[in-house]
Amino acid sequence: MSIEAFYIILTGALVAASSALLGSFLVLRRMAMLGDAISHAVLPGIVIAFLISGHRESLSLLIGAAASGLLATFLIELLHRKARLQEDASIGISFTWLFAIGVLLISAYTGQVDLDQECVLYGEIAYVPLDQISFGGLWTGPRPVLISATLFVLTLAYIIISFKGLKLLSFNEDHAKSLGIRTQVWHFSFMAMVSLVTVLAFEIVGAILIVALLVVPAATAFLWTRSLVPMLILAVALGIAASAGGYYLALGLNGSIAGAMVSVAGIFLAITVLLKVLVRKKA
Amino acid sequence: MKSENQLDKDTVLEVHNLSASYNRKPVLWDIDFRLKGGQLIGIVGPNGSGKTTLLRNIMGLMEADSGYVRLFGQDLNKVRQRVSYVPQRESVDWNFPVSVREVVEMGRYRPSNLMRRLQSSDQDLVDLALEKVGMLEYATRQISQLSGGQQQRVFLARSLAQNADLYLMDEPFVGVDAATEDAILRVLSELRDAGKTVVIVHHDLQTAYQYFDAMVLLNTRLVAYGAKDDVFTRENLQEAYGGRLTVLSKLSELIARSEFPVREKGFKEKSGEGDAAGK
Repeated sequence: MSIEAFYIILTGALVAASSALLGSFLVLRRMAMLGDAISHAVLPGIVIAFLISGHRESLSLLIGAAASGLLATFLIELLHRKARLQEDASIGISFTWLFAIGVLLISAYTGQVDLDQECVLYGEIAYVPLDQISFGGLWTGPRPVLISATLFVLTLAYIIISFKGLKLLSFNEDHAKSLGIRTQVWHFSFMAMVSLVTVLAFEIVGAILIVALLVVPAATAFLWTRSLVPMLILAVALGIAASAGGYYLALGLNGSIAGAMVSVAGIFLAITVLLKVLVRKKA
Repeated sequence: MKSENQLDKDTVLEVHNLSASYNRKPVLWDIDFRLKGGQLIGIVGPNGSGKTTLLRNIMGLMEADSGYVRLFGQDLNKVRQRVSYVPQRESVDWNFPVSVREVVEMGRYRPSNLMRRLQSSDQDLVDLALEKVGMLEYATRQISQLSGGQQQRVFLARSLAQNADLYLMDEPFVGVDAATEDAILRVLSELRDAGKTVVIVHHDLQTAYQYFDAMVLLNTRLVAYGAKDDVFTRENLQEAYGGRLTVLSKLSELIARSEFPVREKGFKEKSGEGDAAGK
């Protein structure tokens, strides 16, 4: 395996693993489509961060994305709870509106923004090895690898620290509230993490396929397991396997790596469903 | 000790001029009552009469349009440790990947220990709660493998683990088997006998009289509240249930059978009329 291939697979695996951890809780909270919403809603934040900082410096992008992800979460809550619109309508309105602003900004400032709409929609993981960064001779490697590794560690730490809180919130939110737990704080911190992971996945698989990384490995793991920790571990493993499998599938077909990664994740799910149906028929 | 007990026996739950709406439709209108502690209290009324909404308002789970609630004479936030809430069983996903024990452990979760491990004293309370509802041997099972009755016992155990003084339960008898019904009733009676207060949303009039010491009869407005014999009168039930004569005719039988004192002359005639109209 070439070093380029290794870096591409590693980046994909780290992003898929972070997505799988957070996505598991999205699936359990029945908020899979909220992941989709966030993944689109981060776009204006990214573009504005771009326009202000003037380059593809990742920290400002992460901050911009997290800010607009939280704005989307806030808008959804506002429309749902204060204006008393239905929750699905609130989600549909908030994220498309923010995404529209992002699209408008990109098209209006095409000259200044080094982001094309193709890349926003489909991502480009194949360019990962080209974006090199060096730390005073200690380590030289692609910047996306470093960022996704940092984000994976951050996500893992968040999940470990918040495990009980997320479990309680996901199983029975009303009960959590009745215990005096500030569920809004948990909800917003969780959505901030989803936004952060989303912006990274954005560069790699693009806005449309992020939701697949969040939901598909998590949903597959849900079908195989009876307990939360095994579900999280399996979801992460499936995400990593999809990254590696997707790379070689794309290589074989000479096609899009992002598309192949999600296709492989989908195949895992299809096999799972098929086996479950067969087993149920036998029983 | 006695004075503290006395305090508990006094008003535990007060609801003042509470009005609430759902999707701009009024569900509760000017509800106002006080209930003494140390009893089994039923919140009873027909479907859509606002029973669950009342419970959710008491627990601060939705915003009231007006009015307020006091528990033990205080705001809910000051006495949360003393209050345990059990939502309807159907309100959660029973395919969730947790074991019976993990669900009951959640009864010991507090804002203060959410980032730490539970202590062994917490685990003891969890064991005790599981044992009381007869679910100790199922502790490691995933909750999706339970029957409806077992699920309800798990919810009850989670509530017992909270070790509260006031228990608010939403329809704990729905969809459970006879053995579970008995088990739940036994546990609730034990709580009552220990001086605790149990408030239960219950839709089945047939069993309400038999289960509870006191009742709140509801139909968007408050129809009556207090000791069950004072609440369970023909006038009150007619007011709450309106023209649902099939229910009422069954009830008159029930009232007669439970030897409910007939205070007025012509009770039999009236119930006879009800039957006739029902047919």
